[in-house]
Amino acid sequence: MTLPTYAPTMLTALLPEVLLLALAGLVLLVDLIGRPRRRRGLGWLTAVGMAVALVLTLLFGRPGEETLVFGGMLRSDAASFAFAIIFLFAAAVTALLSVDVDGVGDRGEYYFLVTVATLGLCLMAAAADLIMLYLAIETASISLYVLAGYLKGNDKSTESGLKYFLFGALTSAVMLYGFSMLYGASGQTNIYFLADQVKTGGLSPLFLGGAIVLVLVGFAFKIAVVPFHFWTPDVYEGAPTPATAYISTASKVAGFAVLLRFLLAFEPSINVSWPAVLAALAVATMTLGNLLAIVQTNIKRLLAYSSIAHAGYALIGVVALTAFGAATSVFYLMAYVVTNLAAFAVVILFARSAGSERIADYAGLSRRSPGLALALLVAFLSLGGMPPLAGFVGKFYVFAAAVDGGLTWLAFVGVLNAIIGLYYYLIVLKVVYLHRSPDEDKPIPVPRPYAVALAACIVLILLIGIASAPWLDRASAMALSLF
Amino acid sequence: MNFPILSVITFIPITTGLILFMMPAKRHREIRLVALAAAALALGLSLYAFVAYDTAAAGYQFVEQVPWVPRLGISYHVGVDGMSLPLVLLTGIVMFTGVMISWGIDDRPREFFGFLFVLATGVFGVFIALDAFMLLFFYELAVFPMFLLIAIWGWQVTREYAAMKLTLYLFIGSVISLVGVLAMVYTSGLGTFDMLRLEQAGFSTAFQRLWFPFVFFGFAVLGGIFPFHNWSPDGHVAAPTAVSMFHAGVLMKLGAFAALRVGIMLLPDGAHYWAPLILGLATVNVVYGALIASVQTDFKYVIGFSSVSHMGLVMLGFATLNKDGLTGAGLQMFSHGVMTALFFAVVGMVYDRAHTREISKLGGFSKVMPLVAVAFIIGGLVSMGMPGFSGFVAEFPIFLGLWQVQPVVALVAALGIIITAGYIMRVVGKVFYGEMPADLAGHISPVTRLDRVALVVLAGLLVLIGIQPWVMAPMIATGAESVLRIVGGA
Repeated sequence: MTLPTYAPTMLTALLPEVLLLALAGLVLLVDLIGRPRRRRGLGWLTAVGMAVALVLTLLFGRPGEETLVFGGMLRSDAASFAFAIIFLFAAAVTALLSVDVDGVGDRGEYYFLVTVATLGLCLMAAAADLIMLYLAIETASISLYVLAGYLKGNDKSTESGLKYFLFGALTSAVMLYGFSMLYGASGQTNIYFLADQVKTGGLSPLFLGGAIVLVLVGFAFKIAVVPFHFWTPDVYEGAPTPATAYISTASKVAGFAVLLRFLLAFEPSINVSWPAVLAALAVATMTLGNLLAIVQTNIKRLLAYSSIAHAGYALIGVVALTAFGAATSVFYLMAYVVTNLAAFAVVILFARSAGSERIADYAGLSRRSPGLALALLVAFLSLGGMPPLAGFVGKFYVFAAAVDGGLTWLAFVGVLNAIIGLYYYLIVLKVVYLHRSPDEDKPIPVPRPYAVALAACIVLILLIGIASAPWLDRASAMALSLF
Repeated sequence: MNFPILSVITFIPITTGLILFMMPAKRHREIRLVALAAAALALGLSLYAFVAYDTAAAGYQFVEQVPWVPRLGISYHVGVDGMSLPLVLLTGIVMFTGVMISWGIDDRPREFFGFLFVLATGVFGVFIALDAFMLLFFYELAVFPMFLLIAIWGWQVTREYAAMKLTLYLFIGSVISLVGVLAMVYTSGLGTFDMLRLEQAGFSTAFQRLWFPFVFFGFAVLGGIFPFHNWSPDGHVAAPTAVSMFHAGVLMKLGAFAALRVGIMLLPDGAHYWAPLILGLATVNVVYGALIASVQTDFKYVIGFSSVSHMGLVMLGFATLNKDGLTGAGLQMFSHGVMTALFFAVVGMVYDRAHTREISKLGGFSKVMPLVAVAFIIGGLVSMGMPGFSGFVAEFPIFLGLWQVQPVVALVAALGIIITAGYIMRVVGKVFYGEMPADLAGHISPVTRLDRVALVVLAGLLVLIGIQPWVMAPMIATGAESVLRIVGGA
């Protein structure tokens, strides 16, 4: 089967990517010709650029019918469109959060890498061809490896970058092996043609199963699913915190985007045992992430383990392999992105003034900066799944999808995990609100870019939590477009 | 009836909370005044709703319904009946008096009232909810402010432990109920979370028997049912006065009410099947709670365990599944709410002055604070179920109902009343009469005017219901009848 490789209308599908490429060039150019003192403006430039790209994509980039474009390399559908919006939002917030961080805030290359990583993530979410998918994953990953190790003089950051790279290279090799098996058996690289061929019984189920397992290793690494999570805490701890925020949100969501596209494309032909495998992964991911988070003393490591656990909750929605399940999973990810970005914003602000990432040093924060403490409260309670915040509704929906799909036991595992989660979030809040500290009279300044980013996230946390209907509708449209 | 009175009542507190968070932290006086005004407004409106409710027509009134998440059949659906309206009023009363009692809080009063008001919105929301999602939403909204209120402003010795214990207990209970609700919704095939429609779902007997314990006990944890009551005395004692009032006065009713509305009313066959177990456990609550209360040496723990004992009577009333029992349970929820708020207010006043709650180190308080002593004694008489006070009005029908189903349980539970009389008289005698210890004499300042107003309001209500039960009993009886129309046996 041949598809047209180019038509001018196809450019609509590529709108966010084109805009991102232009922005990346602009950032480099300004960095080159701008005066060193003005370089802090680069963060604003990147953030505003992302916001403009977001608005333009919303206005002009809406997908029509689901179609394969550029010779089947990409698929233009509601999912690729909405995931691009999520990535643009996360990248804009990340750029704002980077402005005043030493060592990254005034570096043009840093913002360039963030932009290119975003470009890679957008392509990941749209890729419909194994080769395109691999290139997109590598575009994003290589930028992220560099971002993680960006602080050259800092041992932890270097360790973080190297560890991320080694794990990433290994899992991507395994994934590539899976791709080659799929290609070798079918002569196809397009995911949707492959799926058609599987439906007509052209591939042996055992061989297909083996190939999919190998491919899933690569995706599981991006998502940080247990047992492919070992890199997470060290990378999150060592990377510059805005980069951590980005890796833990946008990159994880992109992993889900490819996972959903892949699994749902193969959905009708998928072996019955798949839900069991996915359920096992979800249970292991939630439980291990939550249990290990309890004992952490560093806030970035705590958030690292908590982000592993959250991937587990989001997987619950995937397990059922229903449209409703996939929709709740996407909804959960939306809630998670805004919430985790807000949490990291507070962590960055605190580290900027107090120079610490230890949880114990958060003592007295509610007296030092009541507003910041309240922001942390909102973010952590949303992560813990408390109404009226986004996290509660997100959890409620994935559990509903599990029960709807006949997996009531999985919903029980999920709620028990939510209890463990709430426990360690409350411990941090206890330190913030209850414990005393000699620094209570030193308020923590909140520069404007941080105030903007934090306010945007908090408003969205409340909005998604209270008026969840439009977001769920959007998530449902995305899920449906993947079938 | 176009004015959305229930929504206004529910959202006054949280809106006020937001306003408070925007006020400058140092303006303590203004913050308190805003809080008091909001509480008075919420009380006034709930009183209006209470008076305007048409008892003859009964059923759900002041109903509002707006789609919330249409895709999943979730709507913002509110209304009150004879069972829930008194509890809305109770919340208004406890909130109003609680603000007055908390006037003296000097550590971050803005945050204190802010969190207290978020809690109040959660409580109002549960009582008026007719949609299961909405009920869970507001139910859990009430959980976390509790944690902060106890952990920050509570009694230094146990507050961190008690706050965490209480929060986790309540959260575990509520999420287990949450799964039960999801099971109901997706088994019914109706695609709605609306409880009035789920009542008609006609679940199979096997389904009801399987899921009833999850739903009922998940909520009843917050109602303090044995053996899941353990969080409550610790929580009550560690909490600051106003929070103890809220906690024992209103929050425990939240659990009992949700257990009734979601557990018993949506799974009636399950309720019939499990009723004997609930009767047994609640009897343990009544007797064991009273026994433990009578050996406590800490004044506040006495009251804390007395709540466990009295909430057992509410559960007993539910488990009778007949009109007398349910009416009594409804009255007991209101009566106990006011009574225990009064108790904790008094304990707080005594502790603030004596700086100890050891009963053996207290004494003679009736001489320096006679009004407080009178108020406490009224509460005590209510607690013992003395005729002429609201406790009698509530407990008599419960025992009447019990006698019809299980005379033995009625007899055993009646022991609890005798033990209650014992420990109440012991506390009254030791704390308010006798000689005041030398180290306290002369140091006890009189209570403030606001404290007095709060005590008079609370004690007055207990007497009013006691001598004029018609102001509330018929309304609750209509609520009990509507429960019975579903459960069978009306």
